[in-house]
Parts: sequence; structure tokens; C-alpha cells
Amino acid sequence: MNIGVLLKQVPDTESRIKINGDANGIEDGDIKWIVNPYDEFAVEQALQVKSAVGGEVVIFSLGSSRTLDAARTALAMGADRAVILDDDGFAGSDSLGVAASLAKAAQEEGIELLFAGKQAIDDDAVQVPQIVGTLLEWPVATAISSYEQDGDSVTVKREVGGGQTEVIKVTLPAVFTADKGLNSPRYASLPGIMKAKSKPVKRYTADDLGVEAGADNAKVTTDGYHMPPPRPAGRILDGELGDQVKELVKLLRQEAKVL
Amino acid sequence: MADILVFCEVADGAVKKSARELLGKAQQLCDGDDVVAAVLGDSLSGVADGLGAWGADKVVTVEADILGSYVPGAYASALHQVVDDVQPDVVLASASVIGKDLLPRVAALAEAGCASDVVDLREGDDGIEGTRPLYAGKVLANVSIEDTAFFTVRPNSFVIEDIEEKDGEVEELDADLEDDYGYEVVDVQTSGGDSIDLAEADRIISGGRSLKSEENFAILQSAADTIGAAVGASRAAVDAGYAPHSMQVGQTGKTVNPSLYIAAGISGAIQHLAGMRTSKVIVAINKDADAPIFQHSTYGIVGDLFEVVPMLEQEFAALD
Ligand SMILES: Cc1cc2nc3c(=O)[nH]c(=O)nc-3n(C[C@H](O)[C@H](O)[C@H](O)COP(=O)(O)OP(=O)(O)OC[C@H]3O[C@@H](n4cnc5c(N)ncnc54)[C@H](O)[C@@H]3O)c2cc1C
Ligand SMILES: Nc1ncnc2c1ncn2[C@@H]1O[C@H](COP(=O)(O)O)[C@@H](O)[C@H]1O
Repeated sequence: MNIGVLLKQVPDTESRIKINGDANGIEDGDIKWIVNPYDEFAVEQALQVKSAVGGEVVIFSLGSSRTLDAARTALAMGADRAVILDDDGFAGSDSLGVAASLAKAAQEEGIELLFAGKQAIDDDAVQVPQIVGTLLEWPVATAISSYEQDGDSVTVKREVGGGQTEVIKVTLPAVFTADKGLNSPRYASLPGIMKAKSKPVKRYTADDLGVEAGADNAKVTTDGYHMPPPRPAGRILDGELGDQVKELVKLLRQEAKVL
Repeated sequence: MADILVFCEVADGAVKKSARELLGKAQQLCDGDDVVAAVLGDSLSGVADGLGAWGADKVVTVEADILGSYVPGAYASALHQVVDDVQPDVVLASASVIGKDLLPRVAALAEAGCASDVVDLREGDDGIEGTRPLYAGKVLANVSIEDTAFFTVRPNSFVIEDIEEKDGEVEELDADLEDDYGYEVVDVQTSGGDSIDLAEADRIISGGRSLKSEENFAILQSAADTIGAAVGASRAAVDAGYAPHSMQVGQTGKTVNPSLYIAAGISGAIQHLAGMRTSKVIVAINKDADAPIFQHSTYGIVGDLFEVVPMLEQEFAALD
């Protein structure tokens, strides 16, 4: 089975974020770049499916030239090859442009099953995989916490809030997005890291794919980046603990009016 | 200025309360144009009747068996057909589990742009624009969308006081849907945890690693019950097995936006803040006066949560 994984490179959440001069992006400088944490669960699931049913695991990543480093991490975990979309024609894409490009690339590569993360921790958009599936006309099950495949039928669980979990049956081809808890991603072994260096990497430009992507085709413009206003200094209560608690409840009721 | 379509979620045979916030906001933004509510489900008789009181000029319903549970392909197709029919300038949905899943799909079918989880909406130079948090809330950005603009809105972003009552005339759309989308909800399990949906809760009490055991979370639950609050947890507490993942608040858990968030024994790591920093009032209870959470709190008590929380419960219980 040809299994694809959508993998995004993102800044480590501990990174200090500096807004760029045009206030429409961030400075690249001091950032440590990592594989989006949820995408590691996606890679692991793809590798598990491969070992159960055979086939190939292909990593798809759209980003700047350094996105190959993220793809290499997945190759070192055991993925077979990578497809990189790092052409200027993709720069400034919105989620629709990113998804259209990834969907087309997956089609070109004959992918029959796709895994992705449930959200990218930089833009927190929760959009790309659903759009990829919509464009491919495949079902998409999001934020799954378990996965069982039987032929072309897959049973997954997903948490839906309010303490409820749905059990879903999906027919392949399909897209699945991984929530934490789906599995425990393996670490790249030293031999894995060595092997990753010689695994095949293919590149597509926006022209190759014939997709409308990039800033010129984006419907969504994100600009005016600014730091959130600081919260006014909080009030640390003092005195006897019991009195503090009484005071707190009074403040919550009378000053903040939330009780 | 703008015809606004609001996707109103149905749960347990009624339109969810979150729809009122969106319809009310839409009324402020539409500037005399129409606010239309979209309601989808398998048996909707009477369900959409009250939406005029929440500000809907019109209501479009789609009723079909396949809409009885959330089958994304069916919901996306149905809502897309409503969009085609109404031709709105703006489409809004709550950034709930369903809203966040659904709206990008509908936008893609409409070849339109979508922005997720906005915390503000306003009239911009070219139509309605929004504000959304990026990079775990370290940055806020403006989003504007060409043509039809789709937004999901973080629950509790707006305080809606007065809504002008409208007709809310209900019209059923006969949508063209398939019987099978390759996606079937075969069971819904109640997995324990909290019955109040954290993402939509108006009050939350969360505990961290310092709770030390699953049993100790009962201390928080019992205090929470006195004020109808939901219980949340930090990732450290979840990783230690004290609370299920469904209770995790933060960047890799739930994003919450209550009017009251009480953090008990939580240090205030950036990833935790990412999930709760927009809460209206934040209370920190921590025995370390230097814990970062105090810098983000409205009120703080430096003390042992095992002493403070039970006292708090008593005071809550004494409220009338
Ligand atoms: C990629 C990534 C994603 C993450 N996502 C999340 C996320 O979604 N949500 C999240 O919460 N974290 C997340 N984290 C983890 C985060 O960085 C912190 O490790 C975590 O939030 C710490 O949890 P804590 O505050 O419970 O524990 P600690 O940091 O150990 O803090 C415990 C606090 O309790 C106080 N304390 C101890 N005993 C008592 C007592 N008896 N009474 C009062 N106070 C007491 C201590 O002073 C301390 O401040 C993520 C991390 C990474 C790297
Ligand atoms: N540029 C990208 N390249 C590859 N995969 C991506 C990209 N952007 C998003 N994805 C995938 O889509 C998931 C959700 O991303 P988002 O919709 O941005 O929150 C991620 O976890 C990835 O699996």
C-alpha cells in the first residue's frame, strides 16, 4: 500500500518569536525548527501500517529549503522517501493553497492512504488535512486516538468533548489526522539516521504540479502581527489564608463579576 | 454591509447555546443586512423555532437521516448547499470540535478562504476581518479574506447583551446528499471525564502535577461542582496518569476561553498558557510565589492547594 504522511516543520514552542519588519511573519533567526509534534504520531502510524500490510511510506512536506531537515527526521524513523514542495511558487500560500498542492503531489505519487497531524503548532489552523481530503474526495477522520485496519476498512476512535468518544468506520482511501495518544512514536536509531541520508528525495515546483498556490492565489491574508497586550498586573492576596480565600471569592463576585 | 450565515450546532435535540453568541455578533456586524442561521440534523421539527429571538432574520434547515450523527462529508455537502443558496458574504461557526473540523471543508468546496479560531471580528476596510492567535498565543494577527469569508470563532469571545428579535422564518432546503460517505459513526462511548465540554465551559478549575494522584482530582471536582465548573488538567498531570487526555488544557490539549479559570498547582508553562490565556479572569493558586502563572493571573493566592481548594469550596457553597 502506498502510504503518505503530511509533515510540517514548525518552530519549537520554547522558541522566542520575533515579529518581522513587515509585521506579516516572524524572524527566522534564533528559532529551533522541529517536526510538528502531532506529525510524529502520523509517521509512526504510517510505519505501523506498512509493517502490517506492506508497501511504502512517503513523506510530503511543503515549506522553505530547510523543511528537508524535518523530512529527514521521518526518513530516519523509517519512512522510505520524501517529496518536498519548497519552490517560491508555494511561498505565502494559505491553507487552501497548501492543501491543494499537497493533494496534487499525493495524487502524482499514487498515494492510497494519508496520515497527518491534527494541527500544526505554529498556525494552529486545523485545516490542511480536511481540505486535502475534500479535494481528493476521500473521507477524513480527524484527531484519532486509535487505529485498526482490516482490508480497506479502518476503525478509529476520536474524542469529541464532553467526555465522549466516537467509534468511526472509514473506507479507504482516506485521510486520518493523529491526536496525542494514538501511539508512541519511535526514535530514530543511529543506523536509521545514517540510512536517511541516502534515501530518495523528490522535489516539485508549483508549475510541475500545475496548482494555484503562493501569495498571489491566497484568499486569506494574515498580517498586522502584534504581541498580545500584557495583562494588567495581577493582584496577589495576602494575610491569613482563610481571609485570602474569603477576599478572593468577594473579588470574583463584586469586582470581576464572574460568580 | 454583509449577509452573514451562521452554522448553528444541534446537540440533544436543541440548538447549542454557542449559536446565540455567534448570531448576536453577526447582528452587530451585518449592518442591516441579513443574518441567516443554518441548522442541520435528522429530525429538526421545532428545533429551529427560537432562533429569531437570537437575532436570525432567516433560518435554513437541512433535514436528512445521514445528518443524525456528525458525518463530515454529509455535513460539508449540506452546508455547502446552504451557502450556495444563501450566497452570504461571511460564514461563521463556533470553533468547537465540529466547527473546526467542518468549516475548512465547506470553504474548500466553495473555493473560499477560511480562518480558524478567531478571538475577535470587526468591520475592516474590505469587509469583516478577524484576529487570531498564532505560535501558542505569543502573537496575534489580523486575518482578512477575499470573497466569501469563513471564520470559526473561539467560544466565549464575545459578550452579547442585547439582541434585537427578528422573524427567524424557517425554510427547509431540500439538499442533494448521498447515503454513504465512506465514514460511519458506529458507536459513541462515554469515556468518563467531565460531562461539561471544556472547550465551551464558562468556568474551569484545572490542576497540575502537584495534585499527585488521580484520586486527588476529586478535590477539584467537588469544588467545581459547587459553581458548575468543568475540571481541566495540565499536561504534566495527564502524562502522570492523574487525568485523561480529554481534560488537558493547552496547546496540545483543549483551547478554553472561560470567564473564570482557576489554575491550582500549575506552573504556567507557555504551552499551558496557549490553551487558556484568553480567559477573562485567571486565578492562580500556587505555593511558589515565583511561579510564572502569577504573571498571567488576575488574582493569586500563594499557598498549598490542598488547603486552599477545600476552603474555596466552602466559600463557593456559601454563595447564594
Ligand atoms: C510540544 C509540547 C506541548 C505541550 N503541550 C502542553 C499542553 O497542551 N498543556 C500543558 O499544560 N502543558 C503542555 N506542555 C508541557 C508544559 O511545558 C509543562 O511541562 C506543563 O504544563 C507543566 O505542568 P504543571 O504546571 O502541572 O507541572 P509543573 O511545571 O511541575 O508545576 C507544578 C506547579 O505546582 C506547584 N505546586 C506543587 N505543589 C503544590 C501545592 N501543594 N500547592 C500549590 N502549588 C503546588 C509548583 O510550585 C509548580 O509551580 C507541552 C510541552 C511541550 C514540549
Ligand atoms: N506545509 C505543510 N506541509 C506538509 N504538511 C502540512 C503542511 N501544513 C500542514 N500540514 C499537515 O496538516 C496538519 C494540520 O496542519 P494545520 O492545518 O496547519 O493545522 C499538520 O499536522 C500536517 O500534517
